[in-house]
Amino acid sequence: MPPLRPQVTGASIRLQVTGARKQFPGVLALDGVSITLAVGEVLAVVGENGAGKSTLMKIVAGVYDSDAGEIQLDGQPVRFKTPGEAIRAGVSLIHQELNLAENLTVTDNLFLGRELTTGGGLRILNRREMSARASELLSRVGLPASRAFARVETLPPGEKQLVEVARALGMDVRVLIMDEPTSSLTQKETERLYEVIDALKSTGVSILYISHRLAEVKRVADRVCVLRDGRNAGELAKADITHDNMVRFMVGRDLKQFYPKVHRKGVGGAPVLSARELLFRGGPTTPASFEVRSGEILGMAGLVGAGRTELSEAIFGVRHITGGEILLDGKPLRVRSPRDAIAAGILLVPEDRRLHGLVLPESVGFNLSLPSLDRLASWFGVRVGAERELHRDWIARLRVKTPSSAQPAALLSGGNQQKVVYGKWLARNPKVLILDEPTRGVDVGAKAEIYALIDELAGRGVAVWMITSDMEELLGMADRVVVMHEGHIAGELSGETLTEEAVMQLATGGKRT
Amino acid sequence: MTRILGVLGLLIVLYALLIESNPAAGSSRNLMYVANIQGRYGVVTLAAALVIIVGGIDLSIGSVVGCSAVMFGVLMEEGVHPFAAVGWTLLFGVQVGLVNGLLITKLRLQPFLVTLCGMFIYRGEARLIGGVVSPAQVIDEHPHFEHSLNTLTYLLIGKNEKGALVFPAMFILLLVLAVVIGFFLHRTAYGRYWYAIGHNELAAKYAGVNVDRQRTIVYVICSMLASLGGILLFLDSSTIQADSAGAGLELYAILGAVLGGCSLRGGEGTAIGMVLGAMVLPVLETLVSFRGLKNNVIPAVIGLTLLVGTIVDELIRRRSRVHR
Repeated sequence: MPPLRPQVTGASIRLQVTGARKQFPGVLALDGVSITLAVGEVLAVVGENGAGKSTLMKIVAGVYDSDAGEIQLDGQPVRFKTPGEAIRAGVSLIHQELNLAENLTVTDNLFLGRELTTGGGLRILNRREMSARASELLSRVGLPASRAFARVETLPPGEKQLVEVARALGMDVRVLIMDEPTSSLTQKETERLYEVIDALKSTGVSILYISHRLAEVKRVADRVCVLRDGRNAGELAKADITHDNMVRFMVGRDLKQFYPKVHRKGVGGAPVLSARELLFRGGPTTPASFEVRSGEILGMAGLVGAGRTELSEAIFGVRHITGGEILLDGKPLRVRSPRDAIAAGILLVPEDRRLHGLVLPESVGFNLSLPSLDRLASWFGVRVGAERELHRDWIARLRVKTPSSAQPAALLSGGNQQKVVYGKWLARNPKVLILDEPTRGVDVGAKAEIYALIDELAGRGVAVWMITSDMEELLGMADRVVVMHEGHIAGELSGETLTEEAVMQLATGGKRT
Repeated sequence: MTRILGVLGLLIVLYALLIESNPAAGSSRNLMYVANIQGRYGVVTLAAALVIIVGGIDLSIGSVVGCSAVMFGVLMEEGVHPFAAVGWTLLFGVQVGLVNGLLITKLRLQPFLVTLCGMFIYRGEARLIGGVVSPAQVIDEHPHFEHSLNTLTYLLIGKNEKGALVFPAMFILLLVLAVVIGFFLHRTAYGRYWYAIGHNELAAKYAGVNVDRQRTIVYVICSMLASLGGILLFLDSSTIQADSAGAGLELYAILGAVLGGCSLRGGEGTAIGMVLGAMVLPVLETLVSFRGLKNNVIPAVIGLTLLVGTIVDELIRRRSRVHR
């Protein structure tokens, strides 16, 4: 076990947070967290969803006021009441949901809130000066000067993130807080961001870096601070930053059996769902054929935009099928809408749980009941007893952490929200379960539980079709893998042939080796 | 840009139809008359559009117009000099905007609800302070106000002391206001804040913009413009009825703003667009009456024209999205 709290030497301390506490209605988000950040250092803050990372960052950046605790910036006690005050003191937050006004140009965004103006109180924009400064800032993050006049909405996500970094650079930043900065970036854009981070460090900028991706933390962090349940769980010096050490602190125990294969019997039985020469509206011109068998987990791999989600939407009845056929248990099935799919026992757990999966302001119970209301209903309304039993049953089986079934879903952590989405569909006893990125944005502890659940379902004979971009998850969970590339099925892998190299080869359009 | 071209095209078509419908319709006198009405609509359209740009809505505009018109008249009947009454009435608008803005930003109430309540409250206030007011009544009671009142009418409405329209003063006023608002929207930091707030409030907040203050300022400008609209209405009318003056005007104003390219989602709109959008309805109304249609078909014609316009707009937008 590494030492709990490596010390930072006195003189070079940039930021010190001591005993930060924050209470939200019903949740104690931070319970006395302390962090220290040296000049020119990258401190990664990791922890499960709900551990308090984002709350801590928002307190430092002046978005929230803390209930107790002290913040010192370069030895001076500070207390920021608004983000504006924090920015003026040199503390900038780059938020995980991109905080740009997309209708404005890059230059407008770079100077938003601190425009260069003439004319005193009239604040007439000094466009020439701003354009000149903008191209200089953009060059520092490796973007061409021509981007200065582009509307932000026309930029790819990676460039938007770099624009946010450039904006912080323009503010003479001392502490830069990056909250999941790579969540929407490609590999190449991520590399460029790392280069920018290295350059910032060398100029003495201190960085607080929040990320779920532990591999990424290993790459950028000089030190790691782990939070758990709103408290400091431990710190790791550069040499001790390993995946295992971080996970151990995050969940408070060792993780064995992360990818369980307890209930499954190996490669599955009879095909449950088969697609034959399937064509659909908005899809590729080459027909797709594949099958999902009972009792197996079929992994579907591919790069983002390879058409996996679209294919699942076609089978789920969201997209209009224009050719070929779908067989369920060997019999042709017509799916014209999600209603038909659900009636036939094909269920989809969508990628974006906030958008498609949950009615967030409503209670956990409301969400759990929603797809099963036809079964719970009687002539006299919903049968209260049966509904309560369903809630109790699934909250217990999925170990959803919630005070009661009346808790609004929005107040649960990401992992627990995802469990509710599962519970909602599992209550219908599916034949085919389509999972689109089942653990995206879910913390390590909840991931393990979701994997165990998927394994159990497959063991009970459910045909599981898992779409995932997480290579570890794919190799760890799938019995068989279908790889897609630019809309068509590039190949199938299983057993010996199922390796990371083989998957990447197919996903990037290479031939099978 | 395409939105502006769209509304410009619509205007050209409407004007062409109007001019060829009847020689009297195309006369410069009639066009000047139409322009003056466009000016009065335009003032409240600017008001509605600014609030829409910051992602809000103001349903109280019509009632504020009516209440301001009545208040302006009552103040003068009570012996307040017409010039001072203009100031007091505009101040009333500032107060309304301040209340709306603070309720929306500080108590976080929904703009729709706050201004819906305002719609009833200010209509009620108009009835409380006076039933019917008119310039003639004011001059009757205070003959020495006649000269000042005539001056105001000439400057703001463009009518001489005999009540004949000499020049489209309200349209000129609209252009002046649009230039000022356009300057703020497109050339100053404030405009940037308003667009940013309307499109992504968090982005503005995280950039250190005082979102609440900017929003409140916009509501104040909006209600002050509505009060100016009330003054114009008073000067331009023979009588003002407290129960009906300006009623429903907020919806015309919102329509004008949307026609002019403001998105109800916020963050979009230009000053030129607002002026063009405000010009559509008066032409359409005049066209309907010159085509010999009865006045009571006007709402249906307006509604249908706008619906068709919206559908065409949406189809064009969808097509351009597919081809991107």
